[in-house]
Amino acid sequence: MSETNTAAGHRTGVENGPVIEARDLSLTFTTNDGPVHALKDVTLTINKGEFVSFIGPSGCGKTTFLRTIADLEQPTAGTLTVNGMTPGEARKARAYGYVFQAAGLYPWRTIGGNIRLPLEIMGFSKAEQNERCARVLELVELAGFEKKFPWQLSGGMQQRASIARALAFDADILLMDEPFGALDEIVRDRLNEELLKLWARTEKTIGFVTHSIPEAVYLSTKIVVMSPRPGRITDVIDSTLPKDRPLEIRDSPEFIDIAHRVREGLRAGYDEASV
Amino acid sequence: MKNAFPILTVVAVLLALWYIAVVPMNATWERDQAAMRGEEISFGQILTATMNQDRPVLPAPHQVLIGMYQQTLGCEAVGRRVCRATTPLNLENFLTRLNETRTSVRSLIYHGWVTLSATMLGFVIGTGAGILLAIGIVYNRAMDASVMPWAIVSQTIPIIALAPMIIVVLNSVGVSGMVPKAIIAAYLSFFPVVVGMVKGLRAPDAMQMDLMKTYSAGGGAVFAKLRLPTSMPYLFASLKVGIAAALVGTIVGELPVQQGGLGVRLLSGSYYGQTVQIWAALFAAAILAAGLVGIVAMIERRTLKRMGMAT
Repeated sequence: MSETNTAAGHRTGVENGPVIEARDLSLTFTTNDGPVHALKDVTLTINKGEFVSFIGPSGCGKTTFLRTIADLEQPTAGTLTVNGMTPGEARKARAYGYVFQAAGLYPWRTIGGNIRLPLEIMGFSKAEQNERCARVLELVELAGFEKKFPWQLSGGMQQRASIARALAFDADILLMDEPFGALDEIVRDRLNEELLKLWARTEKTIGFVTHSIPEAVYLSTKIVVMSPRPGRITDVIDSTLPKDRPLEIRDSPEFIDIAHRVREGLRAGYDEASV
Repeated sequence: MKNAFPILTVVAVLLALWYIAVVPMNATWERDQAAMRGEEISFGQILTATMNQDRPVLPAPHQVLIGMYQQTLGCEAVGRRVCRATTPLNLENFLTRLNETRTSVRSLIYHGWVTLSATMLGFVIGTGAGILLAIGIVYNRAMDASVMPWAIVSQTIPIIALAPMIIVVLNSVGVSGMVPKAIIAAYLSFFPVVVGMVKGLRAPDAMQMDLMKTYSAGGGAVFAKLRLPTSMPYLFASLKVGIAAALVGTIVGELPVQQGGLGVRLLSGSYYGQTVQIWAALFAAAILAAGLVGIVAMIERRTLKRMGMAT
């Protein structure tokens, strides 16, 4: 509880300060078939506490952009800062937790063991590991599953465990690359709802890659629409939905309006790319 | 236990085929003997005679079994004096015989132990060398480009040609006894370990490596927490091949040395036409190999079960 209070207190100090700033960011892969412009002149600011979704067809660079923030890819031009540092420095300062499309839990470790993995690597004490492990398991509603092996859990539960693993070391930023892409719609709805609650409780800044329009609109405070060849931003939509969002909000006219605008943005990008 | 029936069926079929083969294989000698004596020999006589020849071309299964007993706890191994004084059916006497057979040069227990100890030493050396080479190949570009071709070439040379040279060279620098044999065993057993461990240490996929990078994990942590655990199933598969190869290497290494071991029993058996002795030594080697592979498999099952990866 005290954790949340201090986080909230800290947050009021730098309310809405920029956390991730990209200016004219470009990334070109050289392949045998010539250069591929994965990102071209991407300029974007993500503020503290925002939930930003990146949506677009495959090849639009949404995952590449997330990976660049995480220092898993190196930009070829432009500037990118994370918490005012270079992505490399931010990674070393453990600024973010990353959730991949596949849960990627180590099969030889229990759920608890998987969550302790980053903590062991980062040198937390045994007592602190136990305390944090219990806390994040409770946060993703997996308390009691600590001693289970990944194969004993459903796909949705595995993905929750992987989110807990990313939360365990208290990074301010959570980067999620299509984390629910492989799950069925019913499980996905439930996890979306839980993710919003988790976001409200932890007040993290979240970058979320998806190719589902309802998912992007339901979750985000800001939706970044991207298009391919070259990968670029075509529209940035600030959501007008309230922070408290029951699943039923997806039937509201406001929700449908935003979804419509996202769809328009995607179509515009698609038309441009195909000419 | 549910596997017992098919296994026993196969064993029964093999035994039947073996017995059937014994008759024609050994019949020629019986017919020649009868012809020399100027007698006629009936099929019935041939049938019984071929089953109990002193030096059969193909000994019958029961002859091999009796031979194995004779060369472990029986009179041949423990000597006439002990043989007359004891019976293996009494625990105290059994231990006396066991004690006698441990040092008898006619005993498969003695020779088996000589082979086993060299095999184990060779297996440990080979496994250690294999793992170290694999780590080198995975972490060092120069080794990656250079070691594997040589490792493959090393396995294309017939070990039977190489073994005497290894023994002569080591002997000239004052190394003899168990170590040269263990080196030959290691020479055969390192290879599957290298191949398996290189594959295993490289098994983590790009996502798992990325995950470690997001934690800014150092090389040591990536090795200990990701590469090594991932490689375990590959390592055990290699160890099972490797330990059997180490046994073969040891036996081949024993042929030119003539200082004990199952290889010596095989060779002296063939010198003196003692086919029962050859077969008994062969079976002893097979039982030893099966036991060793079984032990590795048991450790594998326990380890992988503890790691939650039991299949």
